[in-house]
Amino acid sequence: MESVEQKRNIISTLWNDKEKRAVIIQIFSIAGLFALVWFMIGNAISNLDALGKGFSFDFLFQPASYDINQHLISYTSRDTHLRATIIGIMNTAMIAVAGIILATVVGFTLGVLRLSKNFLINRIVYIYIEYIRNVPVLLHILLVHGVVVHSLPNPKAAMTFNDSFFLTKRGFFMPSPDFESAMTVVWIALAIGIAFTFWFRRYAKRVQDETGKIFPVFLISFGAVVIFPVLVYFLAGSPITWEIPVLKGFNFKGGMVVRPEFLALWLALSLYTAAFIAEIVRAGIIAVSHGQTEAAYALGLRPGRTTQLIVIPQALRVIVPPLTSQYLNLTKNSSLAIAIGYMDIVATIGGISLNQTGREMECMIIVLALYLIFSLSISSVMNWYNKRIKLVER
Amino acid sequence: MSEAQTSKMAVSDETVIKIHKMHKWYGSFHVLKDINLDVKRGERIVVCGPSGSGKSTMIRCINRLEEHQQGDIIVDGVELTNDLKNIDAIRREVGMVFQHFNLFPHLTILENLSLAPIWVKREPRKQAEETAMRYLERVKIPEQALKYPGQLSGGQQQRVAIARSLCMNPRIMLFDEPTSALDPEMIKEVLDVMIELAEEGRTMICVTHEMGFAKTVANRVIFMDGGEIIEQNEPNEFFDNPQHERTQLFLSQILAH
Ligand SMILES: Nc1ncnc2c1ncn2[C@@H]1O[C@H](COP(=O)(O)OP(=O)(O)O)[C@@H](O)[C@H]1O
Ligand SMILES: [Mg+2]
Repeated sequence: MESVEQKRNIISTLWNDKEKRAVIIQIFSIAGLFALVWFMIGNAISNLDALGKGFSFDFLFQPASYDINQHLISYTSRDTHLRATIIGIMNTAMIAVAGIILATVVGFTLGVLRLSKNFLINRIVYIYIEYIRNVPVLLHILLVHGVVVHSLPNPKAAMTFNDSFFLTKRGFFMPSPDFESAMTVVWIALAIGIAFTFWFRRYAKRVQDETGKIFPVFLISFGAVVIFPVLVYFLAGSPITWEIPVLKGFNFKGGMVVRPEFLALWLALSLYTAAFIAEIVRAGIIAVSHGQTEAAYALGLRPGRTTQLIVIPQALRVIVPPLTSQYLNLTKNSSLAIAIGYMDIVATIGGISLNQTGREMECMIIVLALYLIFSLSISSVMNWYNKRIKLVER
Repeated sequence: MSEAQTSKMAVSDETVIKIHKMHKWYGSFHVLKDINLDVKRGERIVVCGPSGSGKSTMIRCINRLEEHQQGDIIVDGVELTNDLKNIDAIRREVGMVFQHFNLFPHLTILENLSLAPIWVKREPRKQAEETAMRYLERVKIPEQALKYPGQLSGGQQQRVAIARSLCMNPRIMLFDEPTSALDPEMIKEVLDVMIELAEEGRTMICVTHEMGFAKTVANRVIFMDGGEIIEQNEPNEFFDNPQHERTQLFLSQILAH
């Protein structure tokens, strides 16, 4: 009788201690999770067995026997499923990187414009953001794709700029650069410019620390990275020849082409995500209290310096965490590529390869793992950046 | 420090701030009406009045955080206009301490103090930091130099804010209710620092309801109500013998508790 009472006492003390209770809960949750995973794996294996399918990744080394129209590295239908997967990964990476860059540029611009005191600008940006945010991204993709494919002209009647850029329903054709040997000098100039900028920024900081002198760092960096290489380019006799696309038969040959699927997906995803980023940027800037700028003005700082030294560093802290989820969203939303036939991870290994080999389990594991890797890479980079700029609180 | 000592301290004849027939509107709301005020070098002025009477707005006009629409404000011989050069010049001469401290939360205490000397006065970092440390010692918190504002108590933050202003060595200091966001036990440590500043003979305009402080350091107390200066007098006369009905009412209210 007494021992039962004691036991009950021990359990209740354990359960009422905050730390011990947390440990108990964790032990039970982990045990539960393992049991669930164990059950699901066992279930899957027995079901696969019943269907007469083993569990193996051998199919990756068999010929894929399907075509992919957009590939950064060489690919034919005789290549393996593995190579098709790699093409898919590259296409996803390409859309994610290009999308994140464009979404960031457009998003930050719109976010700042949204704060404009000019009523017209403010309203136009507001309407744009609200329209974009309130229509599902898949519709944007289909809409842009529809516009590109159906309303742009045939190659024969291409919209052209300067007879070297051609906008058609088959894609956007541009001249491709052909570098002559003298181009080496220009590359070297660019490298020097970049190296100089790195050095100059530190030098300028040291001089300022020691003497108080303030250099126009931005202007000088711009000169070194942009103006200097451009000057060298012309001095070297413009050592690039452009291969201009020409109409041969039904399509353009030569030059570079951005395919309509890529163009549509890229524009739709970026502009969609940009609307969310704009709101995040606006909120971040507003979150820096008016008192901060006033204190800076009262100390004699000019508005430009106040923005640079006080507003941006504080706004970034508010902006970066939600910005990270927008980058993740964009990357994951790129899987909607399949709707318009852009060959990304889902369309290759998760689509045609899966259908042809019947390896649903293996293919889905690969697709999930790949998206996980993409997402974790993005968030670890952003978390690292966020840690660097984080506020110290009490 | 006794009253006799402070009131003896020199006030020169030179006028450093001259506000002449100044009016300000927020939209159609007439917030400041015909403000006339001459401040002599070394003078210490306390401004009081009910909430919403325009005290903050008036002192914020002096360093152009707010724009006035009519009349003149001349600070240290420089007239406040839209000329950016003039505004820069005046902001160098005028320091300001806010009710909510407004320290920069992303910078250490030392960086808060040296920021303006480095970017406005273009001082070498070492020199700016030495000055900063000197002022941190004067407000008695040199050991906090490498912490961030979020790690300090309210009283310490306000002392840092005072030190930050002093680093620009302004001839005039404006205080906008520097103790009203503080817990009672921290008010004294901030007032002590301000009394020390007053003893140095720095020109000060201070919006506050700390009547003990006003009696100790002020040469003049100004009472505002409804956007007007209703009454001004030297402290003893002001408190013992207020002329205006509104002043009497206000004083009876704040002295009641
Ligand atoms: N930015 C503003 N826009 C409109 N009205 C304002 C603004 N700032 C202050 N006011 C109004 O002006 C009056 C004076 O404000 P303020 O100078 O802050 O008073 P005090 O500091 O004496 O409490 C108040 O009625 C306040 O509501
Ligand atoms: Mg006020």
